[in-house]
Amino acid sequence: MNNQRRTVLKSGSGAALLGMLAAAGIITPGMALADWNKAAFDAKSMADTLKALGVAGTTDSKDVQVTGPDIAENGAVVPVGVASTLPNVTMVAILIEKNPNALAASFVLPEGTEANVQTRVKMGQTSNIYALVKSDGKFFMATKEIKVTLGGCGG
Amino acid sequence: MSMNRREFLQVMAVAAAGGMSLHSELALAEKGAAKLYDLPKFGNVSLLHITDCHAQLLPIYFREPNVNLGFGDQFGKVPHLVGDNLLKHFGFKPNSIEAHAYTYLNFENAAQTYGKVGGFAHLATLVKRMKATRPGALLLDGGDTWQGSGTALWTNAQDMVDACKALGVNIMTLHWESTVGETRLKEIEEKDFAGQIDIVAQNVKTTDFGDAVFKPFVMKNMNGVPVAIIGQAFPYTPIANPRWQVPNWSYGIQEENMQKTVDEARAAGAQVVVLLSHNGMDVDLKMASRVKGIDAILGGHTHDGMPAPVVVKNAGGQTLVTNAGSNGKYLGVLDFDVKNGKIADFRYKLLPVFANLLPADKDMQTLIDKARAPYLSKLNEKLAISEGTLYRRGNFNGTFDQVILDALMKVKDAEIAFSPGFRWGTSLLPGQPILMEHVLDQTAITYPWTTVTNMSGEMIKTVLEDICDNLFNPDPYYQQGGDMVRVGGLQWTCDPTAKMGNRIQNMMLKGKLIDPAKTYKVAGWAPVSEEAKNAGEPIWDVVAKYLRDIKTVKPVNLNLPTLKGAANNPGIA
Repeated sequence: MNNQRRTVLKSGSGAALLGMLAAAGIITPGMALADWNKAAFDAKSMADTLKALGVAGTTDSKDVQVTGPDIAENGAVVPVGVASTLPNVTMVAILIEKNPNALAASFVLPEGTEANVQTRVKMGQTSNIYALVKSDGKFFMATKEIKVTLGGCGG
Repeated sequence: MSMNRREFLQVMAVAAAGGMSLHSELALAEKGAAKLYDLPKFGNVSLLHITDCHAQLLPIYFREPNVNLGFGDQFGKVPHLVGDNLLKHFGFKPNSIEAHAYTYLNFENAAQTYGKVGGFAHLATLVKRMKATRPGALLLDGGDTWQGSGTALWTNAQDMVDACKALGVNIMTLHWESTVGETRLKEIEEKDFAGQIDIVAQNVKTTDFGDAVFKPFVMKNMNGVPVAIIGQAFPYTPIANPRWQVPNWSYGIQEENMQKTVDEARAAGAQVVVLLSHNGMDVDLKMASRVKGIDAILGGHTHDGMPAPVVVKNAGGQTLVTNAGSNGKYLGVLDFDVKNGKIADFRYKLLPVFANLLPADKDMQTLIDKARAPYLSKLNEKLAISEGTLYRRGNFNGTFDQVILDALMKVKDAEIAFSPGFRWGTSLLPGQPILMEHVLDQTAITYPWTTVTNMSGEMIKTVLEDICDNLFNPDPYYQQGGDMVRVGGLQWTCDPTAKMGNRIQNMMLKGKLIDPAKTYKVAGWAPVSEEAKNAGEPIWDVVAKYLRDIKTVKPVNLNLPTLKGAANNPGIA
């Protein structure tokens, strides 16, 4: 275990660290809000979300990998990731079919960025999660089921 | 029913003279005890494997299941075979010592004849014998070692930690060990185990940065051959057991990281790569078909005492998958012959540990007696007599579970009771007194609280469906390896082949269909949520109170679901 890194964060320097990243231009204050698509995040169903994102049609692709646990350890913070080897990826989104609002995250990738994102999402129940990737102006998808259980009763 | 070795031999002699076939089989076994345990040395790399002993330091009885269903790809396949189907598959004769060792068949008579199984003192003797003929052999412990007895609970696992060190365990992985909490687990690793036992688990990471919590693997040199032992802790620990006990650790199957770890071990020069796994056998079989470069998976968790390995073909060649049962009943012995950096051949045997056929190791017995001494009066309290056999294992219910359900409903005045589908817990023969120790063998956990909940009919259905999917999801990666929750009071139908949401049917209470909107009083125990901490008195107090009151446990009526789609399944008898 990397105790040093943990100590840095525990000692309350975490905020300072973020500040440093911001100062170094790695995270810019406007970044998170740059492309905020309110309609897409407010949409309820998968279909409405895709529409709000301006997606007309998608192709299932083996070049899009969606990673996450088979069974969530905690539905409130489920680690999921999307990676893709497709060329010129400009956008990655994560949709959770059975969430009240399907769109959980959307990433805008500047040119030349490796398409590989990780985040944590909240899930109320077992659902398929979809990774949506925009490559060369076209949309590609991959899916994975993540189970959310009540827990208990393990052998 | 307990006798010393001398008495046992006398009984055998009489039985053999009487010409009873079962008994003469045993007399033969006794004469040939040396033969039963005389495994000729083979090859140059040897691994001894124990798993899921559940803190049973003394010899016990253990009845194997007569219900262990498999569906879809798992239908009729190892480990989903019981009784005669298992005998036939592995080529054992009915009424043989092997038939008793690996199946429930003729359990009461055979258990009287062959006596108790397991016990660390007897296991120690067997381990020493194997090590004597196999220089450099490693002893691997698949986990579920620190939990399952009163003394393990009361000593905070110290009795088992000391016993494992004395037994000579070299490497272990984890499941119930996590229920002692992060701090205690790390303390044992860093202090007690330092320089002697390595804990390995490639799939346990910190929840914040994903840093490794334990070594993913260790490399050992055995007779000039570099051997890597990778660890896989039970992937669903924070789901099946309380997450609050390991709040900073994340588990999961982590298949990609497994492949990466195997590749790393190979790159570091490993000529043999073995996975010490607590996945459960179905998960191990699936993993073996997808991950390349593992020579053998020594598995546990699902308590399947499988006499021979399953050979799984995959893109990298083949992987042996074994499962070494539970409660200290067996020692797995895997020998590899490694020539010119490659495995040329192997031998595997799952040796049953018959306490009457293996003298107790004196040092280990002394250590055990010392550890138990402060608790003897508590452990030996006689609560009741059982008229029938009490056991737990089986997909849907066991007689000891039924006693727990009956106790919950009676003491808590509830119309329905749930008891977790744990696979550990020892067995009692008819006429045996039920001691407090036996109740603790079924209940000793670090979150033993009882609960009483007003549940809607709809919620009851949701709970049962959720747990049933953990057992019968067609994809092993979504299975958690326990049995179905035991249900008291409620009659129901189960169709394991249906999809989640449709498996639980026709729920009835006292002849009336359960109303989704109505509220029912449900008693249970072992809640995993932090809010339920200290909810009600520990389950062992409830069961003990019930047993003291009734004094005699008549042969119990097992509340079993009506099964659909399971006729002709080789996993039920």
